[in-house]
Amino acid sequence: MAHEEDPLEHERASWKPSPGLAVAVTDPVHTPEVPPHRERVTDKDPAAMKRAVRTVYTLFYLSVAASIWAVAAYMLFPIEDGSLVSVRDNNLFIGLGIALALLAIGIATIHWSKAIMSDKEFIEPRHATRGRDATRRAAYHAFEDANEESGFGRRTMIRNSLFAALVASVLPGLTLFRGLAPQDEDPVELLSHTMWTKGMRLARDPEGTPIRASEVTLGSAFHVIPEELASVSHEDGYLEAKAKAIVLLMRLLPEQLVPEENKMDWTYDGIVAYSKVCTHVGCPVALYEQQTHHLLCPCHQSQFDVSRGAAVIFGPAARPLPQLPIAVDDEGYLVAQSDFTEPVGPSFWERH
Amino acid sequence: MSTATHDTEHVTLEPAVHEDAEATRDKPLGGRFISGAANYIDERTSLSGFVKELGRKVFPDHWSFMLGEIALWSFVVVLLSGTFLTFFFQASMVPTHYTGAYLPMRGIEMSAALESTLRLSFDIRGGLLVRQIHHWAALVFVAGIGVHMLRVFFTGAFRKPRELNWVIGFILFILALGEGFTGYSLPDDLLSGNGLRIIDGMVKGIPLIGTWTSFLLFGGEFPGDQIVGRLYTLHILLLPAILVGLLVVHLMLMVINKHTQFAGPARTNSNVVGFPMMPIYMSKMGGFFFLTFGVIVLIASLFTINPIWAYGPYDPSPVSAGTQPDWYIGFADGALRLVPPGWEFVFLNHTWSFNILVPLVGLGLFIVLVLIYPFIEAWVTGDKRERHIAERPRNAATRTAIGAAGVTFYAVLWAAASSDIIATHFKLTMEGVIHALQALLIVGPVIAYFVTKRMCIALQKKDREILLHGFESGRIVRLPGGEYIEVHQPIDDYERWKLVDADAFEPLVVRPNSRGRIPWHQNVRAAVSRWFFEDRLAPLTQSDLDEAAAHQHHTLDHIADEEHAEIQGAHERAGVPDAPQVPIDDGRHGETANRPSNVIVPEPEDGKKAPKNREKDLGQ
Repeated sequence: MAHEEDPLEHERASWKPSPGLAVAVTDPVHTPEVPPHRERVTDKDPAAMKRAVRTVYTLFYLSVAASIWAVAAYMLFPIEDGSLVSVRDNNLFIGLGIALALLAIGIATIHWSKAIMSDKEFIEPRHATRGRDATRRAAYHAFEDANEESGFGRRTMIRNSLFAALVASVLPGLTLFRGLAPQDEDPVELLSHTMWTKGMRLARDPEGTPIRASEVTLGSAFHVIPEELASVSHEDGYLEAKAKAIVLLMRLLPEQLVPEENKMDWTYDGIVAYSKVCTHVGCPVALYEQQTHHLLCPCHQSQFDVSRGAAVIFGPAARPLPQLPIAVDDEGYLVAQSDFTEPVGPSFWERH
Repeated sequence: MSTATHDTEHVTLEPAVHEDAEATRDKPLGGRFISGAANYIDERTSLSGFVKELGRKVFPDHWSFMLGEIALWSFVVVLLSGTFLTFFFQASMVPTHYTGAYLPMRGIEMSAALESTLRLSFDIRGGLLVRQIHHWAALVFVAGIGVHMLRVFFTGAFRKPRELNWVIGFILFILALGEGFTGYSLPDDLLSGNGLRIIDGMVKGIPLIGTWTSFLLFGGEFPGDQIVGRLYTLHILLLPAILVGLLVVHLMLMVINKHTQFAGPARTNSNVVGFPMMPIYMSKMGGFFFLTFGVIVLIASLFTINPIWAYGPYDPSPVSAGTQPDWYIGFADGALRLVPPGWEFVFLNHTWSFNILVPLVGLGLFIVLVLIYPFIEAWVTGDKRERHIAERPRNAATRTAIGAAGVTFYAVLWAAASSDIIATHFKLTMEGVIHALQALLIVGPVIAYFVTKRMCIALQKKDREILLHGFESGRIVRLPGGEYIEVHQPIDDYERWKLVDADAFEPLVVRPNSRGRIPWHQNVRAAVSRWFFEDRLAPLTQSDLDEAAAHQHHTLDHIADEEHAEIQGAHERAGVPDAPQVPIDDGRHGETANRPSNVIVPEPEDGKKAPKNREKDLGQ
């Protein structure tokens, strides 16, 4: 197709778009003529046409019947209190009715257009997308005249001060969005602390019953919350407190633990407590493999080695899980020695 | 009716719009009521011009043009079902106790969002159905956009004048992902809460603004009691408004640019061959809306999606293994999983979370590259002409290979989101799966690129083979001399035209500009264009085809001569040299006795390859 012969480009005297790196083929393959029309069965055989017509209106009436069925199913299959089977039947039979009603319309309409309507094809010329030269000139003059009459391009002081004013006018609106978060709170401060304090008992999640050191048998693991959390209501930030304070408690043989220098007394007789919030993006590190003492985060497969200070041994997490220093109180219950000594959960910019 | 007149009636050059000679008469057209109504509306809206313009507008037909319709119609289903859901859903995180029909959840404390979602699922007849229709339709919507986008990419339908519509369509895809994620998070169940937790962790990992962005988004600490209401506003107001607006522009531009068409008889770059809007496309597209809707309802009535009642309310502590996000979020989740350990540093008293930044920036770059690809290709080819013929992917080998590389990259990230499921199903180690996917993420696209490029070129060669020598008929003939040949059948003219690749490009040859310099970007463009157009086949010309036809006749004659000589020799040996030779009539006259082209005997005077031939033509 030599592009000089292309009416798309020919119709604009001033427009000769560059073919770029395309090379003109001097002897292009000839375009064949329009092929002869292939008659459909319904064109040739009046009986077939009759059948097609019958199929189409049958389907439309079938659709009516299916719609009526769907309405009937709404009444025939009520949801009985507490019965899951009734929910399923309600869903299924209303759904099948509607689906059949819609599919019948769809199939009938498409069959109508393909088998019964004329399949005469038309050829329509394309025109270049850009406007005609006269139109473009008129558009250009419109801008030119407007510019001339307003002095938009000439009076730069007015123009630039307008831009400045428009930009500035957006700022108050943006400022209002500060209200999305509470005024008097600092996220860095909030992220740095949890509700654990010295002497607070470790309790089972979610019952809130405290745990004795003697109950933590070798190889067992406990999902732990602060004892006081159970008395916090949802309105007072139960979920926010829990999201930071959840802890995993495990007992290993004391000689299996390789504690760090300054954390020698953070454990009690092989019992260790680590934050359950992943240091990657914050999922609960809920899976404990007893044999290997590995913790696994199911979200992104980070693995932590409990025997080595919950250090990262695999996956995208970068920091070990923060350790909760624990001790035993007079009644033999496990208690926290203090809050976590570093922020728990995912990293953030101000953390260091 | 004779065939000749019949033929011309079915494809016509006349415009599909009928100019009525009597249009000037005062009397309204048509029946009394309809014409009265039409007249009433037209006198107030001048709608008749619109109908004249669009009513008989011609659209080309191809099954792949239907993929975008899947996206369009499933979006309509999403809108319809979503509107119904808003009447029952409460976008509030106020704590409440469930008292509805579902026994296992009774008395459990949960947010009003989850409570109302459970209520509309179990207490409203057909409520679960509509919820499942909404969710399934959303999944189909994103998938529909995906396959539509692949069709547009691989057929080059994004080339001038459609680059802007590609950009708009791609933004629609991103918006659809946003709609999907915000909607997924609304019920405030355990899974969606975990999804939000991940989003919160990712946002916090962004340098400088991350902590405060998360704080503002959640209205305080995670999870807070604000996020569901805010996502709801995004989900049902802001995002849909932008989506609908851009969708209208997308469709308007499609009408203005007219649809691309595949090459075919009489179909050229400067026309559209197809069926008129009314009645064919009106019924086909309208029917297809009902089909899409019907299939989605069928799926929704048969298959459960997102059973929130099995997950329970959000609690930061529990999580179950093997949970998966909706499919379209998978690639982002997978990107997070593939980061090796330890990519986080404290520098200048701040934490730099490269384990989050690298996936974020990597995906961002990938998205931007896809978004601006039309402009990159236009810069390389420098082609400023309008291109309305949809290319066959094989004929644009480098683009197809780039696309295959991109698809592979996406697929590896997607697979990574299910790394644990892959490991447990195939009894592999989790670490092994991750390491293999990490390697594949780098190597896979490169392999895909080269394999696809070679396949495209091989397919081009196969096409050329068919064009010049016909296709293998599967019939093996033994010649009298004992030689076996497979008979080839020539391809008919119309099919042949579909196989011809009309485009030909040469790499850029840099030339000094008017100031005698070669700017650096020209050198870059030359290098890129050399890569883009390497291993190209020279375009086929009419004389190549004619030559091939002549060669076929020549071969046929040669075989006939051999046959004659063989039989004559046999007759002579039998002592009956004058016996008549009866030609074998097997009733197969359409065939040519072509040898397979790889055993064609080179002929010195006319056996030249296409490029040389073209040089000769140019030299004349």
